[in-house]
Amino acid sequence: MTELLPHPGLILIVGAVLIGLMRGRARSALVLALPIVALYLLWSLPDGTHSRATFLDLDLAPLAADNLSRLFGTVFGITLLAGGLFALNQKSRHEVPAAFLYGGAAIGVVLAGDLLTLFVYWEVMAIGSTLVIWSAGPAAYRAGMRYLAVHLCGGVLLMAGIAGHVAATGSADFDRMHLDSVAQWLILAGFLVNVGAPPLSAWLPDAYPEASWSGMVFLSAFTTKTAVYVLLRGFPGTELLIYVGLFMVFYGIIYALLENDMRRILAYSIVNQVGFMVTGIGIGTEMALNGAAAHAFTHIIYKALLLMSAGSVLLMTGRRKCTDLGGLFQSMPVTAACGIVGALAISSFPLTSGFVSKSMISQSAADGHLLYVWLALAAASAGVFLHAGIKFPWFVFFQKDSGLRPPDPPRNMQLAMVFFALSCIVLGVAPGLLYALLPYPVKYVPYTAAHVVTQLQLLLFSGLAFFVMLAYLRRTLTITLDVDWFYRVMLQRLARGMLRQWARLVRGPSESLVGWMRATGARLYKERGLDRALVRTAPTGSMALWMMIMLLGYLLLYYL
Amino acid sequence: MRPQPHWMTRPETIRKLWVLFILVLAATVGAELFVAHGAHFGIDGSFAFHAWYGFLSCAALIGLSKLAGLFLKRRDSYYEERE
Repeated sequence: MTELLPHPGLILIVGAVLIGLMRGRARSALVLALPIVALYLLWSLPDGTHSRATFLDLDLAPLAADNLSRLFGTVFGITLLAGGLFALNQKSRHEVPAAFLYGGAAIGVVLAGDLLTLFVYWEVMAIGSTLVIWSAGPAAYRAGMRYLAVHLCGGVLLMAGIAGHVAATGSADFDRMHLDSVAQWLILAGFLVNVGAPPLSAWLPDAYPEASWSGMVFLSAFTTKTAVYVLLRGFPGTELLIYVGLFMVFYGIIYALLENDMRRILAYSIVNQVGFMVTGIGIGTEMALNGAAAHAFTHIIYKALLLMSAGSVLLMTGRRKCTDLGGLFQSMPVTAACGIVGALAISSFPLTSGFVSKSMISQSAADGHLLYVWLALAAASAGVFLHAGIKFPWFVFFQKDSGLRPPDPPRNMQLAMVFFALSCIVLGVAPGLLYALLPYPVKYVPYTAAHVVTQLQLLLFSGLAFFVMLAYLRRTLTITLDVDWFYRVMLQRLARGMLRQWARLVRGPSESLVGWMRATGARLYKERGLDRALVRTAPTGSMALWMMIMLLGYLLLYYL
Repeated sequence: MRPQPHWMTRPETIRKLWVLFILVLAATVGAELFVAHGAHFGIDGSFAFHAWYGFLSCAALIGLSKLAGLFLKRRDSYYEERE
């Protein structure tokens, strides 16, 4: 070890356990203090590698920092702080500890200097986020299980890729990759699962909206954005990512336009926004990469704000479908105002944070003379205003009078929303604050007369299209089939059909076999009993979980 | 006596908001005459490009989503009935 510096992510992970054990005011104080301590530690870390270890003859760098990791770590810490404040009244005692485990692991990923450390934190994130979903109660169990299955599959792809990469190069360093081996393709595939790329984008809108009113705030911040971070570091300028990103951008818009559930609208909109970042990473110039990183930062804040606004509505009304909502601005003015600020920021309105970040990606497409990419991004920017910028506030807070008159949520939740709403405006008014944190020097000037005028034209005429075509956007009590249909319905049907065929085939021989097995079983049962330690069954899932915990424990002990 | 509707939801307010909105739209197009235009490609240099392109993009996206909806929309209890 070169130097023993406290790890900001590990502090949060250990803190998560403490939060789980505590109650009352001390618990609330710890929830608010931990992210501040983690942010302080993060900003005390100088650039470079701060700890080294050896594992299986590989040099590991479990704690390394530079501009890019500090940028992501900072926004993760801020989200834990605001999300923790927002969730102080959460009745589930498991959710906030799970969120801190999840957020701490996300910071662990961005501070990992090698692929193995990255993988361990990556998997802890999968566990933490699943626990956040499950904290919402039994109704979220199946969605959480599907979510976990997708992410464990992604983890397998990533591990296979890392193993191949290490075997080929003899090094676990996390450097820029060039897709010149199967192992690197597997690593890319593992990253793309978490970023919400096709064909598996559906895990996100399937699982996130099943979390509690506060849980989705945490979920929106970490998984997709750590994936953006690893793509920024590992695969900048990979042309394939331009097309993957553009697909995500339009997929998000089309599905969000069809959606009736306010939080699923926002979930599809996460895929849409992350699509902009992935496109920027694919373009790969310094300005595009700066734009992708800046957009990740601003997006985490305004999306968390939108989800706090939607979460407040869900908590106060118990409803989440647009068809049940409307007219809430009359009794929830703070929630509506903060939701509108978030909606303006996601739409990149001038004077909001989205304006100063997303435009760097479009500008880099223009500078690179990528006409079709630029046109697609411009159409998508218009579409963002349509599906999130107006649709969310309009159907939730205005539209018709639903007759609901819930008050604004408790003070701490309002405070969290106002904090993030102000953050959106401050970053929009003073972009230098954000630009100073970016990985490359920024020469871009967002506020030119031409840029402001053209952006206002694009957005306001999109608004005109929304209101002119409102009849076509009327909400219905429907869902829209997505790729998750294949594993929720088709695979089930296929498995049932195969089982039926199989049963028919083996009925004759199996009957005699079953007779013999029954007799043997009865004898065994009489002799040993099912409650004996050697005979008792244990689910493989719990074994995998314990293995993971032991591996993590081993890693921790190793560095201590 | 029935309570008065919120002033924001009264028809005369909505009419005024529409007038205001159209004035702002006209102003953003008019402003183009006075700002230096830095077109990169040619097509984006056409008059009020962002206005008509934004409007048409949104119309196309709404059309596309309606088309996708024809094939992919189901009752919202679809999965509960099958799981």
